[in-house]
Amino acid sequence: MTTTDQTADLFAYTLRLADDAAILGQRLGEWCGHAPTLEEDIGLANVALDHIGQARALYTYAGEVEGEGRDEDQLCFLRHERQFNNCLLVEQPNGDFAQTILRQFFFSAFMLPLWRELKGSKDATLAAIAAKAEKEAAYHVRHSAEWTIRLGDGTTESHERAQAAVDQLWPYTGELFEIDGVVERLVAAGIAVDPASLRDEWHATLREVLDEATLRLPPDGWFQTGGRSGRHSESFGHLLSQMQYMQRAWPGHKW
Amino acid sequence: MTQMGSRLHDIAGESARRRAFEVAAQVPDPEVPVLTIGDLGVLRDVRIASDGTVEVDITPTYTGCPAMAVFTMDIEIALMAEGFGKVRVNTVLSPAWTTDWLSEEAREKLRAYGIAPPAGKASRRALFGDDEVACPRCGSLDTEKVSEFGSTACKALWRCRSCAEPFDYFKCH
Repeated sequence: MTTTDQTADLFAYTLRLADDAAILGQRLGEWCGHAPTLEEDIGLANVALDHIGQARALYTYAGEVEGEGRDEDQLCFLRHERQFNNCLLVEQPNGDFAQTILRQFFFSAFMLPLWRELKGSKDATLAAIAAKAEKEAAYHVRHSAEWTIRLGDGTTESHERAQAAVDQLWPYTGELFEIDGVVERLVAAGIAVDPASLRDEWHATLREVLDEATLRLPPDGWFQTGGRSGRHSESFGHLLSQMQYMQRAWPGHKW
Repeated sequence: MTQMGSRLHDIAGESARRRAFEVAAQVPDPEVPVLTIGDLGVLRDVRIASDGTVEVDITPTYTGCPAMAVFTMDIEIALMAEGFGKVRVNTVLSPAWTTDWLSEEAREKLRAYGIAPPAGKASRRALFGDDEVACPRCGSLDTEKVSEFGSTACKALWRCRSCAEPFDYFKCH
């Protein structure tokens, strides 16, 4: 493989991680001022901040890898819908509090082992970002798992809503484990993590928490796909129009 | 430059570097003003480049910590006020910051300020590993967590059951 190919793969892989973090951070930010309690309003904003921080580091690095002078703002705020490669799970609308919590739990339970493994990446920058993000993901798993148990094993109403959230989000979890040429080549080069190797651990975490929450894990069935190749849900365009408004209205502006 | 001149130059350079480090280390955390970036372990390194630019390395406590931009500005202002002409502040991510880097003195300052310092070693934390946190006001261990998150990314909200006061807890990380 030529260096140019590997550079293109590394750019694509870093951008996917960045898009996942940025889009989930944007979704969580929508709760600001609307969460069920003041503590959770602050909590969700804090989780959002962690994701946005990760996204900033990843976009900045992606721009350096690409070498065409694009910075974090240009990569996050000036790409079009089809150019975003985040997984569909993170862009799902907030729904009720149960949906937001289950979305976070499914995603963070996957990211925690991913960051842990990525710490051993041969790419020093990805390894450094992973070392920070792993601690944050551990906290996000803990927070969302506690709420999953509280909601699932709570009142009849909260149980029903939590189960509905599990059932609704489940078809979007298969995409987390997809592997394509980019990931395959980078795994072989010791740079990326093979998501298939995380599946058992992810499943065990879900089983442990959902059992305690008296929630049923749906059987593996048909899984939705498309995010990694830029095909997104209907609501995604609305998310982008809000997220990108400032940079499009005042091109090049800086805080 | 003669050999002697070069040595004198090195000594002068090292003393300027140390002075720059001391000045930078005194910059307070905007959100926990009782601690400086030296206390926090956020300040990692200070070098002086051949053109005289002071290079400062800082590391974030949390990836998205909004205080980083303020740190950067405050470090520049503090060094310029001390006569350093050019300053460049870099953010480094590795090794990742940990609460284990807080000195005993820093922990005491936090406690006196009303924030419970992180309990134990970061490495021992597990999925539901609850920390045993002493109330910073009365010292009681009869405390409970109110929320995983507090007023900033680095803190959680706790309450003391003995003296009934709520307090911030600096998360073990």
